[in-house]
Amino acid sequence: MYSQALNERIEGPRVVEDPAKLAAFQARIDAEERIEPNDWMPEAYRRTLVRQIGQHAHSEVVGMLPEGNWITRAPSLRRKAALLAKVQDEGGHGLYLYAAAETLGVSREELYEQLLAGKAKYSSIFNYPTLTWADIGCIGWLVDGAAIMNQIPLCRTSYGPYARAMIRICKEESFHQRQGYEIMLTLCRGTAEQKAMAQDALNRWWWPSLMMFGPPDSESQHTEQSMRWKIKRFTNDELRQKFVDATVPQGLYLGLTFPDPELRFDETTGHWRFGPIDWSEFKRVLAGQGPCNRERLAARRKAHEEGAWVREAALAHAAKKRARERAQRIAAE
Amino acid sequence: MTTIHLEETPHLTYVLRLADSALVLSHRLSEWCGHAPMLEEDLALANIALDLLGQARLLYEHAAALEGRGRSEDDLAYLRDAPQFKNLLICELPRGDFAFTVVRQTLVSAFFHPYWQLARGSTDRTLAAIAEKAEKEVAYHLRHAGAWLVRLGDGTEESRRRTLEALDTLWPYTGELFEVDAVGEAMIEAGIAPDPASIRPVFEDTLDRLLADAELARPSAAWMQTGGLRGVHTEHLGHMLAVMQHLPRAYPGARW
Amino acid sequence: MAEQPMPLWEVFIRSRTGLAHRHVGSVHAADAEMALQAARDTYTRRGEGLSIWVVPSAAITASDPAEKGPLFEPTASKIYRHPSFYEIPEEVGHM
Repeated sequence: MYSQALNERIEGPRVVEDPAKLAAFQARIDAEERIEPNDWMPEAYRRTLVRQIGQHAHSEVVGMLPEGNWITRAPSLRRKAALLAKVQDEGGHGLYLYAAAETLGVSREELYEQLLAGKAKYSSIFNYPTLTWADIGCIGWLVDGAAIMNQIPLCRTSYGPYARAMIRICKEESFHQRQGYEIMLTLCRGTAEQKAMAQDALNRWWWPSLMMFGPPDSESQHTEQSMRWKIKRFTNDELRQKFVDATVPQGLYLGLTFPDPELRFDETTGHWRFGPIDWSEFKRVLAGQGPCNRERLAARRKAHEEGAWVREAALAHAAKKRARERAQRIAAE
Repeated sequence: MTTIHLEETPHLTYVLRLADSALVLSHRLSEWCGHAPMLEEDLALANIALDLLGQARLLYEHAAALEGRGRSEDDLAYLRDAPQFKNLLICELPRGDFAFTVVRQTLVSAFFHPYWQLARGSTDRTLAAIAEKAEKEVAYHLRHAGAWLVRLGDGTEESRRRTLEALDTLWPYTGELFEVDAVGEAMIEAGIAPDPASIRPVFEDTLDRLLADAELARPSAAWMQTGGLRGVHTEHLGHMLAVMQHLPRAYPGARW
Repeated sequence: MAEQPMPLWEVFIRSRTGLAHRHVGSVHAADAEMALQAARDTYTRRGEGLSIWVVPSAAITASDPAEKGPLFEPTASKIYRHPSFYEIPEEVGHM
């Protein structure tokens, strides 16, 4: 999930677009038409999408790591199966998203190179460590919960391949949040030690989860253009508030407390009001100074480098096979 | 909770061997998730691991029922120590590189595919039902791993070298697939287990076909490793279980 | 050095419902067997399909969106191809 990307300035040479084409494009967007790969689109629209879908894909594959950290230690066979299936799903979602980005004329290899070179961003949440089993509960409940808030509107995003990938992803993710909440519920109904484990995890994951929605609207001037192009359909603050409103009652049901002394229910608006978010932490983690940034990228690089000979071998075998078949055909003629 | 000790009958021991092998191999495969050579392979290896985990769970449930003392699948998986595990040694070896994983999966699947085909006729009706499901799953594992074996054997010099190394390391562990001790004999006698001797020709034929496509030769090891079926393991299993069993051991009696 | 790209394949799946193969996404693979397996492992994890086709993406020829007019608009006026064009008295019943 991972709309943090939506708020960044997109670099690249300025392209002066034909005003008539731009107007026709905007009219299609306004009429809720989907934009498809071969359709004309403004260069800035294409770049915004490549950047956003790429970052979304990177978030999925980097996101495999913190949870993957517990696959070998899942405390029951049922949990092990669910966690493995879930982390596998994240890989699948990365795959769908890379494919959606590829329809815009950029290859998975190029996107991946950008990630490994540290040039592309991914969701800051995955730079936090998973220290106890309760963190797996919290990631499912909070991180996937926040992801769903972001991803459901993306099912109606204006770019067809992205919207279709999101529909598939949302369908598959429906079990992820429930899986996490069930872990939390089991811990909270368990021993005192288990409940303390759950509380500790909530204390660590709550604020980073709120940061997943990106900077406040007042600081994200690019939201406006993305909203006009219907790449994005709700602002960061709107989605964050929806998430808080949905999540706080779930946490109270668990019998847990939130690490925010200012959290209170506002009777007049019907919303949960929360205290100020530490945006300096957000910026630090996004800039590479989170607890696990280096480890996450190092793990991705290691897998990629150690897999290079495998990919090479597959391509070499395919080429040899084609050559052999060609030779056989020629010999037969 | 402290380590449990089961009162093993030959039947129970036999089912535990199958269950432990499936769980331990699934665990090794799951270590790839997030670290595979390409995303498509992350998904493929996780699918195989999930199939094996599913088989292990059915087999543990069956074992618990055979013991009849109300234990759960998790008691059997998490509360037995290494000497009580009865898996094949080949399943517990560390995941290694991708060639090692491919060769191991090919060898194990080349044995278990005909094994489960025959086990569908087991007089143990639960085992026969598990075999019905497992046979189809393992047929795909063999197809997937076998295709990679050919790709790696025929691919580049490096992939060929790594594949040969893996084959060389793993071959001495294939003897155990065909071992028949007193437990095995009793099971074959009772019509519960297929006789591994009848599986050997199919196993060898499958391998020879794949190895020929990969332009590799079947190693001719003069000696074979043994011990897993009796609970005498490599040094690796203890480490694996220390990781896997950590939580239930650290918080005795807790539910997860 | 940039890595040699792994070819892209488009995946089509026929679901249980008996409908025609439908495009579901794509995978990267070096050869057809690898593509077929990747498609199976990626797109049928929840019992979605009974049959898979994989096609090299490069083998697909697509119509040009700029030609939407000449390609698709002429059919709009041929309303006599639709059953609702014909009037049948209600007494005749369903036809």
